[in-house]
Amino acid sequence: MPLQILLVEDNPGDRRLTQEAFRDINPLIRVYVAHDGAEAMAFLRHEGAQAAAPRPDLILLDLNMPKMDGRDVLARIKEDEDLEDIPTIVLTSSEAEADIVKSYQLGANCYLCKPMHFDAFYSLMKSLNDFWLTRVKLHADDREVGQKASLGRGLPTAETNFSP
Amino acid sequence: MRAIGGSSGLIRVLLVEDSPGDIQLTQEAFRDANSSVQLHVVSDGAEAMAFLMHEGAHADAPRPDLILLDLNLPRMDGREVLAHIKQNEHLKTIPTVILTTSEGEMDIAKSYQLHANCYLSKPVQLAAFESLVKSINDFWLTKVRLPPREMNSAGVSRNRRQ
Repeated sequence: MPLQILLVEDNPGDRRLTQEAFRDINPLIRVYVAHDGAEAMAFLRHEGAQAAAPRPDLILLDLNMPKMDGRDVLARIKEDEDLEDIPTIVLTSSEAEADIVKSYQLGANCYLCKPMHFDAFYSLMKSLNDFWLTRVKLHADDREVGQKASLGRGLPTAETNFSP
Repeated sequence: MRAIGGSSGLIRVLLVEDSPGDIQLTQEAFRDANSSVQLHVVSDGAEAMAFLMHEGAHADAPRPDLILLDLNLPRMDGREVLAHIKQNEHLKTIPTVILTTSEGEMDIAKSYQLHANCYLSKPVQLAAFESLVKSINDFWLTKVRLPPREMNSAGVSRNRRQ
């Protein structure tokens, strides 16, 4: 059963790099994209146009974004009983210690800095896949629920941008 | 490679594990994977909390950079230790990795609810166990940005780790 990642990222270049990296590294992964924090929360709470959104197995969350920033999204995820158990990985260009500390305080599962160069970025995504999507035990019940929901509601089976 | 672990260059890992065999395997695997890892071992949950709270014989215990926590432990079990860590303002930022033989769905779900940073199940085979420890080293101690060790009340570090 395909693993589902929600990528929350406002930078089009980084979105594309991440999607292409995962397509190459692990074609079984389905990457959904939210372009800002507000879209991410709508996706996770099945609001509005996202009523049929599946529950992701993993969230990749940028920090600096328009509308609602990643710190705010992280706080909402980790304070929500229905969402707090979804592993949420901060993936940001910020190397500021205050951002690292704050993210762990808010319950980030881990904090990764986006490397500037493509090769290093690809290597980081490969490590993320090898560890989080291969070694780590994710919550299988949720995955089944999400999968059933996505099949039942006829969501696209290809890698999907859930919003334009 | 990016230096972590402050001026000593050592990365401190606290292993909370009651099985002597698993302790030895983990020690040996880290020795092979990364000579900069300083592994501290406690064998039950109560001792883990004493270590983290600098109590009794652990008054001088250092703050670990990463915690590897078994679930089924004598005296205080790993779920309770995890809850204590993640409810403590000073300790909650320390990444806490569950490392257990349990593959029970309830244990996985409960651990994430208690804000475990990730959940790993111990393989039975020796080679697979060594490979898992290497993967913990390669990801958590190489790729991940760990929080700084010393923080003032504003959450800003006094000692930079680099």
